[in-house]
Amino acid sequence: MAGSTLVIKDLHVAIEDKEIIKGLDLEIKPGEFHAVMGPNGAGKSTLASAIMGHPKYEITSGTVTMDGKDVLEMEVDERAKAGLFLAMQYPSEISGVTNADFLRSAINAKREEGNEIPLMQFIKKLDKTMEYLEMDLNMAQRYLNEGFSGGEKKRNEILQLMMLEPSIAILDEIDSGLDIDALKVVSKGINAMRSNDFSCLIITHYQRLLNYITPDFVHVMIQGRIVKSGGPELAQRLEAEGYDWIKKELGIEDEIEVG
Amino acid sequence: MTTQVQYPFDQALIESFSVQNNEPDWFKNLRLAALEKIDVLPLPNPDRTKIDKWNFTHFQQHAQASSVYTNVDQLPEQVKSLINVEGGVKNLYVQHNQTAGFVSLSDELKQKGVIFTDLLTAVKEHGDLVQKYFMTNAVKVDENRLTAFHTALVNGGAFLYIPQNVQINEPIQTIFVHDNADAPLINHVLIVADKNSAVTYVENYFSLNDELEGIANIITEVIAQDNANVKFGAVDTLAKGVTTYVNRRGYAWRDARIEWALGLMNDGNTISDNTTNLHGDGSFADTKTVVVGRGKQIQNFTTRVIHHGKGTEGFILKHGVVKDNATTVFNGIGKIEHGASKSNAEQETRVLMLSDKARGDANPILLIDEDDVMAGHAASVGRVDPTQLYYLMSRGISKAEAERLIIYGFLAPVVNQLPVEGVKKQLTEVIERKVK
Repeated sequence: MAGSTLVIKDLHVAIEDKEIIKGLDLEIKPGEFHAVMGPNGAGKSTLASAIMGHPKYEITSGTVTMDGKDVLEMEVDERAKAGLFLAMQYPSEISGVTNADFLRSAINAKREEGNEIPLMQFIKKLDKTMEYLEMDLNMAQRYLNEGFSGGEKKRNEILQLMMLEPSIAILDEIDSGLDIDALKVVSKGINAMRSNDFSCLIITHYQRLLNYITPDFVHVMIQGRIVKSGGPELAQRLEAEGYDWIKKELGIEDEIEVG
Repeated sequence: MTTQVQYPFDQALIESFSVQNNEPDWFKNLRLAALEKIDVLPLPNPDRTKIDKWNFTHFQQHAQASSVYTNVDQLPEQVKSLINVEGGVKNLYVQHNQTAGFVSLSDELKQKGVIFTDLLTAVKEHGDLVQKYFMTNAVKVDENRLTAFHTALVNGGAFLYIPQNVQINEPIQTIFVHDNADAPLINHVLIVADKNSAVTYVENYFSLNDELEGIANIITEVIAQDNANVKFGAVDTLAKGVTTYVNRRGYAWRDARIEWALGLMNDGNTISDNTTNLHGDGSFADTKTVVVGRGKQIQNFTTRVIHHGKGTEGFILKHGVVKDNATTVFNGIGKIEHGASKSNAEQETRVLMLSDKARGDANPILLIDEDDVMAGHAASVGRVDPTQLYYLMSRGISKAEAERLIIYGFLAPVVNQLPVEGVKKQLTEVIERKVK
């Protein structure tokens, strides 16, 4: 795989008729790591879910393309097969389906019929990856995310990322609820993916994560739009000074919640 | 209700059947006394399902000789796959319609005094034991019309007795093969686990032909004496045209444990009653049931745990999938009697609806007549969770495969608990076939 380019143009997204994203442009090229930061309610997670195709979100206008192909026309599973991956903020729990069975189904879904991953090869790769992420090997036989702690769920998302090897990963607040040790392990996993064929959209509320994963670009999202972009130094200034200076600089007024 | 019903049986038929089998007088008299009660007793009253128009009692002939299975090689392939043949068949009873097939029981267990035989033989050879427990503790003859009908006309089944202090590691298996619709399956399994004994038992009710019509009246009694431990598994796959009344009852004495894992996969109209009576202090019941309703099937599943003893614990888990035009009612009843202090009654019922025309009804009931107890219930009726589907699909899994995984996982609790690999596999396959 030679990596992929994701292009988002003038994207508008609504949930239950309320517009959350109000015209957003972003381009991610192969090998690039982008961070999107912003205060609560800016629409960061909505962006992640809309790109992946969460059924609750309605794209009211704009385009999302991957290597020129219309992502918004694709079913959720087709987006994954095209090389997209979303590490979710709140992964679902699926009772009765083991982590290992699920992962094997997911890997095989991407492969042609008759070309399924050999069982031994799968087990080796799974064991190796779990060890790398310092996970208890028994977690492979536990039901998918059922009864997992917050930190275990996040690690499990990164396990899936590393097993499925997508070309573009979106990480939706992968750092929330993680202690410093878990944060280091999760970051280690993501950094291990770094290559010219892999790009990443990191959505986060805190600069802390970016101490471990250095982004090439940092974007500030406020009120459903990217209002400012820069390099890693932008994240550091946000950490030190908050978002108010940007609002002031750009003349953005706080929205008043109605209802 | 005074309408005179013309039944296809009478005293003469029952007497001649009993004599033909050389049954002892007590058993014949029990049958005849039960016959008298059929007309005066009402049908059972499963909550939320009307069954007065269902045929539970009419049949062409009472019993018909079927070919006798004398060894494993004679079994149909589908039946063979239920058995672990590797290492030799261990503890197995196979019955063909009403005809007793072979029984195999390891020498070791025979030496320890374990009794395992077809019911009509047990009545003759182990009359004292059978008489003591048959329709006396767990199910009573005069509970309703169908229990009386059962007692009068029982024509097959098995008896298993585990003596005191005998712990059986290998599972004991029965298979009831059904391929003749003319004669009713009036089958009784009686399991008596004496003090401090332990056993794992698994049974299959299996229609060989999907097009069969007829009736099944099944009663299973599990008696667990003080500190006995019974693990009970069942997979029912009777055909679409078979109307079934199935009553599986447990009666637990002091510190006894009864654990049920029931895969109720009949394709016909079914009334199922699974009750455990926690009679002794410190006794325990765990009942897990999975069902699938499809076609135009009407089914009612009542799971009940009755707490009499102090410090008793009862857990009910029921997961059901309902599709097509099927109607499925789940009644879960936790009953704590006065005096059963420190007891705990918990239940969970979840129903997954796969079509707009299907009907599913979860009806949790707690009846508590004692202050110092714990109790809880959770019930839900819903569709496949779109967020779960989205999650699986976001990993590249197709919608159809994602649904399959979710449904399969939903019905997994019973599969995982079945003790025989072949039966486990069968239930998995039946589930896949039925939910497809």
